[in-house]
Amino acid sequence: MTGEDKLPVLPVPPPAPTSRPPPPSGAQRDTADMLAHAIAALQRAMEPKPQDVGDVANTPRVEGDSFTPVGDPHRRSMLGKPAPKVGRVGVAPSGAVTPPDPKDPLARRITALHFPRLCINRWQWHMDRMGQAPPPEIAVALAVEGQHGPIVHATNRAADHEGIQIGARVVDMRALCPDLRVEFADTGGDHAALKRLMLWVRRWCPWSALDGANGLVLDTTGSDHLWGGEAAMLREIEGKLSTLGLETDLATAPTHGAAWALSRFGGVREVCSADDLATKTAPLPAQALRLQGDTVLLLKRLGLKTVGALADVPRLSLARRFQKAALVQNPLLRLDQMMGRMAEPLQSPDDPPQFSVQAVLAEPVLDPEPHMPDMARELCAALHAAGCGARRVTLTIYRTDGDVDRIGVATSQASHDPAHILRLFEGKLERLNPGFGFDLITLDASVVEHVELVQTRIEGGTDGGVELARLIDRLSAKYGAEHIRRPAPHDSHVPERREGWQAAMAPDAAALPVHSRPRPLRLLQPPEDIRVLYAVPEGPPAQFMWRRQTHKVVRFEGPERIAPEWWRDRPGTRLRDYYRIEDQNGCRYWLFREGIVGDGRGGAPRWCVQGVFA
Amino acid sequence: MRSTHSSLRTAPARPKSATDLLKERAETAGRKGEADAQPTLRELFSETVTDGAAMAFMLAQMGTSKGPILWVSDRLSRREAGVICLAGMPHGIDILRVDVSKPVDVLWAMEQGLGCATLGAVVGEIWGDPPVLDFTASKRLALRSEAHAVPAWLIRRAAHANLSAARARWRLSSLASLPNTDDMHAPGQALWRAQLFRSRWGTTGDWVARANGGKVYLDHRVQGRTQAEARHA
Repeated sequence: MTGEDKLPVLPVPPPAPTSRPPPPSGAQRDTADMLAHAIAALQRAMEPKPQDVGDVANTPRVEGDSFTPVGDPHRRSMLGKPAPKVGRVGVAPSGAVTPPDPKDPLARRITALHFPRLCINRWQWHMDRMGQAPPPEIAVALAVEGQHGPIVHATNRAADHEGIQIGARVVDMRALCPDLRVEFADTGGDHAALKRLMLWVRRWCPWSALDGANGLVLDTTGSDHLWGGEAAMLREIEGKLSTLGLETDLATAPTHGAAWALSRFGGVREVCSADDLATKTAPLPAQALRLQGDTVLLLKRLGLKTVGALADVPRLSLARRFQKAALVQNPLLRLDQMMGRMAEPLQSPDDPPQFSVQAVLAEPVLDPEPHMPDMARELCAALHAAGCGARRVTLTIYRTDGDVDRIGVATSQASHDPAHILRLFEGKLERLNPGFGFDLITLDASVVEHVELVQTRIEGGTDGGVELARLIDRLSAKYGAEHIRRPAPHDSHVPERREGWQAAMAPDAAALPVHSRPRPLRLLQPPEDIRVLYAVPEGPPAQFMWRRQTHKVVRFEGPERIAPEWWRDRPGTRLRDYYRIEDQNGCRYWLFREGIVGDGRGGAPRWCVQGVFA
Repeated sequence: MRSTHSSLRTAPARPKSATDLLKERAETAGRKGEADAQPTLRELFSETVTDGAAMAFMLAQMGTSKGPILWVSDRLSRREAGVICLAGMPHGIDILRVDVSKPVDVLWAMEQGLGCATLGAVVGEIWGDPPVLDFTASKRLALRSEAHAVPAWLIRRAAHANLSAARARWRLSSLASLPNTDDMHAPGQALWRAQLFRSRWGTTGDWVARANGGKVYLDHRVQGRTQAEARHA
């Protein structure tokens, strides 16, 4: 398979005959030459005009050229200067523009974005939104847990001025700067934010990928002209990202390695063409080759401190020296990647699928109900085709007065059954405020999960997982997810603390072993105070008064002493002595006395009834 | 359980029609034990508000292996009689607890749950005599419970035995427990007084009940006193 075969061939409308160099056929050679000269003259006359989107379709093409995702290298024609080598040039000596060789590694344009303070920028942004942002002159450091206590993960500018170093221990840095404000970093949140940002930057070009912990890489080949050239595009990207509160270093170069290096170590918004790739990268330090720290140290000891110095070393010597080194430790391979001698394709993940249907109405209506079944069916058909199910579905109405109202439902198991989704919206549609009517309804699955293939059992038995999940959905939709709960017991000796419940939509919690001591069937929350007759200080209860009724204790079992949990309770919490008693009517209760007379933690002990036994 | 079965989907069992139900009843009419075990709506009245007998009587005859138990309670029941305590529940029970505020919500949630044949049982706790819990409401619950073969239990506190379509109606109260062989002063195995005052298929009666290995053992009440009471007297 040749290189051209891999690229998708799109139907391109045949260009206008006037703007195409004629085929060099022997019979029409004279007219062809004249036509070619005329075209060249015409193009020379039109050259100063700025390129815009409309020109793309009219640019001359060679017959049989397939459209590639690479697009046309407009940079060449925009710069307007003839390139020295014929193999890579966009402007042929005759004046007709030829497409770049698709195998030419330097034909691509890669933009690298680096966020030097991603973590602290996000923290600052978050604090700004909370209204608690510290003034910029206060030194702030974000810490992560290290081997010997927390270490500094990110700093702001003020902290940099104070000499706070990233990677140092927080206690050491506190000695340098006692006023240092230390918060814990949200590294997981940073990574998730970077992933979202990776999708967001596809507004500038269709391919983007993560690049390390705080960088992105974009393939902007052929998309810069949409933003008025590369320099303007970089300005636009930087400006847009700064509105998100992110500081950005960025550079565009023909290779990923060069763009990475120039963004971190080069000038501001550097644009590097294929011709001055070597000259621009030569003064950069050896770290710019994306090497590990020990390899950089080795190169430094060898006296190879810059990329240029490394490039001057004979290739054979370098290859021999780093024969068995992996990529991140091999300066020769990294240098080849930077110079385009070794391919480094950009692996751009696909966009997450979006499932949304809309109904555009001819005139405003007040009730979305008649449109819901069709929309739900359409949405579920799309979900089914993609093998997905919705966990969260949102209905949005766009009112004629410009207002937007929405309601959402959630499912406990991914579902693409229209009847089920419709049923969840039952009784919720009244909450929408239709105003003077709305003319656009959208129904989108905002959270989507994959569902496995569906198969029914041949003997007709039921598994119940789906049915139960739907019951939970219906109950949660009506009463709120926090009122439908499953047991999630905590490992604690204090009875009311052991009773943990979590929302049924959450994943199952681990069960605790059976309690060895008898425990009541019902717990009174909170325990109710009673007046008790008992032998002071530690005797069992003889008679007690609860809810204005006197109970005589016929039999009792106890005490079972439950001490306060010192690691959770406030100091001064008293111990509890539990008694299981039976009163004269046969009712069995669980009483406790909180504290002992003279334990120094308060006055007379308090008696409570907490549970009811079988 | 949800995670392991999430990938499989099977057709739910078809609800039983009225004809099926009538046939079943005709077949089991003469055999008391089978009719008793049939899943239907049963109502338990607690003699006093804070008595655990009704709940224990229900748990003693409830199978926990079939599926989770939907436990719906209204606000007053939770406040006056407490909430269910996991530590004291029988081992292996899986509970789906629904906390609602009004009796009408209890009835709605129970009805939804009775349509789900994978549930082991549906338990509702209703305080007092709300007007919504009338004959029609209880008939709906009973029919739905029988059609989907899910047992339904209605625990009622501070309530009167008004008109209801429940197939069996019990009144429960605690009795003095059996002697504890390990400790003379401690309460032993629980005994309850169980009065079946309305039964569709069986005969009514007044028994001394106790849990016996996943079932309820009913003992005849002798001269107003249990054997245990007689032994203690």
